[in-house]
Amino acid sequence: MNHSVVSMDATMIQTKGLTRHFTVKKETVEAVRGIDLHVRRGELVALLGPNGAGKSTTLRMLTTLLPPTSGTAEVAGHDVVREQAAVRHRIGYIGQGNGAGHTQRGRDELVIQGRCYGMGRKAARARADELISALGLETVADRTVSTLSGGQRRRLDIAMGLIHAPDLLFLDEPSTGLDPQNRANLQEQILNLHTEYGTTVVLTTHYLDEADSMAERVIVVDHGRVIADDSPTQLKRDHAGDRITLTAGHTDDARRVADRARRSAGAEVTQSGTSVEIRVLGAPQLLPGLLVDLANDGVTVTGAEVARPTMDDVFLNLTGRSLREGGAEPADAGADGGADGGARAAADADGRTTQNQEIAA
Amino acid sequence: MSTTVAARETNTALTGTAGPNRRRPSLLHDTGTVFVRELLPVLRNPFSVVFTMVQPLVFLGLFGPLLSDFPGTGEGSALQWFVPGIVVMSCLFSGAFTGSNLLFELQTGSHERMLVTPLRRSALLIGRALKEIVPMVMQTVIIVAVCMPFGFELHLAGAALAVLILAVMAVGIGALSYSLALASKDQDWLFWTIQQTLLFPFLLLAGILLPLDNGPGWLRTLGDINPLTYVVDACRLLFNGEIAAAGVLQGAGAAAFLAALGLLVGIRSMRHST
Repeated sequence: MNHSVVSMDATMIQTKGLTRHFTVKKETVEAVRGIDLHVRRGELVALLGPNGAGKSTTLRMLTTLLPPTSGTAEVAGHDVVREQAAVRHRIGYIGQGNGAGHTQRGRDELVIQGRCYGMGRKAARARADELISALGLETVADRTVSTLSGGQRRRLDIAMGLIHAPDLLFLDEPSTGLDPQNRANLQEQILNLHTEYGTTVVLTTHYLDEADSMAERVIVVDHGRVIADDSPTQLKRDHAGDRITLTAGHTDDARRVADRARRSAGAEVTQSGTSVEIRVLGAPQLLPGLLVDLANDGVTVTGAEVARPTMDDVFLNLTGRSLREGGAEPADAGADGGADGGARAAADADGRTTQNQEIAA
Repeated sequence: MSTTVAARETNTALTGTAGPNRRRPSLLHDTGTVFVRELLPVLRNPFSVVFTMVQPLVFLGLFGPLLSDFPGTGEGSALQWFVPGIVVMSCLFSGAFTGSNLLFELQTGSHERMLVTPLRRSALLIGRALKEIVPMVMQTVIIVAVCMPFGFELHLAGAALAVLILAVMAVGIGALSYSLALASKDQDWLFWTIQQTLLFPFLLLAGILLPLDNGPGWLRTLGDINPLTYVVDACRLLFNGEIAAAGVLQGAGAAAFLAALGLLVGIRSMRHST
C-alpha cells in the first residue's frame, strides 16, 4: 500500500480551532466551538459525548462532508477544504445510515464502490469477493439490500468503507441500532483492523462501554468542545475513583467504619445511616485490608460492594450530568441553559435539515 | 456465526492487497461509474420500468379512444397524433419521479457514502441524469410496440430522431428532479408537493392530451412558453416521418434548453450537497 504522503509524518489528523455554526430559524447554533485535535497514525480514538455534543458534526468536517465555519483541519496530510479529493481518496467513512442503496445488490455496490476509488473492474471485483467472505456476506451479497437484516447491512457498510483499504477509517456511531451480538462482532472487526494493519480509527459513540473497551484514547466532547482527552484508564483515574459501599448492622458501627475508612489515603467517605460510601483509587486492593482492620476493631460489616468507575462517572464528574440519561442538559438547568441545550441538540441530531435551511436561506 | 471464526477470516482480508489507484480518474470515468450504478437496479429488474408507465398507458387506453375525429388532432388515425405525446408524457413522468430515488438515498445514507468517495460532484449528477435515457428508450419501444397492432404507423428514421431529442429532454427533466430532491432533503413533502404541482400544468400546457389550438388565447400563450410544447410538436412531426421540418429544430432546441438548465441547476445543487 502506498503510504508515501503521510508516512513521513506520524500525524494523521490535525485540527486548529475547528468550528461549525448552523443557522436554525435565524439563530446561530454553535455545534462545534474551536476543536484542536491531534491524532497520530495508528491510533484508535473514540469521540464520546451525548447527542448534540458536536461529535458527528466534527466527523462530517473531517470527512469533507461539511465545510468548517472557521478553523482548519488536515486529514491524512491534506486540507479538508482545499484538497478534498486527496482527503477523500485516503479515508474510509462508515456513516450512521446505510451506505448501500436499497434497490441495489450488495456485491454490485461493493464493486461500484471500488470503481468510485478508481480501481479497475477486475481489481474491484476481486476486492469485493475478498470483503464479502471476510465479513461473512457470501449468502446475502447477491440479494437486494432492502431484504438484508440490520446486522447484515451494517457488515455491508463496513465492507464498502474498507474497499480501498484506507489508512484512516471514520465510523459515525457504528453500533447504533445493532443487537449485542452484532455489536460485539463489529467491535471485534474494528479492533482487528486496528491491531493487525495499524489502520487509524476514529469513531464517535455515545455508548460508554464501547468507548471504554475499544478505544485507546477517548476524547470527551460536550457542547461542541473537547472537555477531556486521555486513555479510558487515565480518565477514570483522574475523574472518578472506585466506589466501595459497606453496610454495617447499625449506625454506630457505620460511624466506626467511616472513621476507619478515612485513614486510607485519598479516600472520600460519606456515611448515610448504616451505609458508608468510600470513593478511592484501587478499591479491590484496599478492601480486604480494610475488612480485616474492621474485624479487629470488632465492627461487624454485613455487606460490601465494590464498583469500578465507568465512563459515565467520568462524564458526570466532568459535566455534572449523566451521559446515560442522554441528557444534553444539566439536571438542574435553568431556563437559559435548557433552551440553549435543546437548540444545540436539535442542530446536531438534525444537522442535515439545518444545513438545508441554511442553503435555502 | 461464531465471533472468533469471523474474526479470523477478517484478519486475512480486511485491508487486502489491492490498493486504490491514487491517480484521480477522469470525469468520464466518474460519470460512467455513477451511470452504471444507477442502471444496475434497472437491468436487474427491468420490470420496474413498467411501473412508471402505468399512467401513460392508462391515458393511452382510456383517453386515446376519445380523440378520434377530435378537432386539431390531424387527419387519419388519432393514434398518429396521440402516441408521440404519450411518449413524451412517459419520459416526463419517469424523469420527474426519478428524484425520489435520490431523496430516499439522502435519507438512508447512500448518498452521503457516495459524497465521501473521490467522485466528482458533477459526475454524481450527470451520471444519474444520463441514466434516464435508458428507461425512456425502453418505454418508447413498449408504447410503440403496444400501439402498432392498433394501427399506429411507425416511421423508423423519424422515430429514432425523436428518441434522440427525448434523450436530451430526459437528461434535463431527470436533472431537474434530482435538483428538487437535493433541495428537499429531509423534507419529502416539499419534493412531492412541488413535483405534483408542476407536473400536470406542464403536461396539459404542452398539448399532450388535447390540442391547445382551439383554447383561449391566454392558454395558448402559456403553451407557447412551455418548452415541452416544442418537444411534443417535434415528436409528432418525427413520428409521422416529417424530418425536414422547422418544428423539429425547435423541439431539439427546447430539449437542449431543458438539459442545459437541468444540468446547470443540478450540478450546482450537487456541489452544495452535504
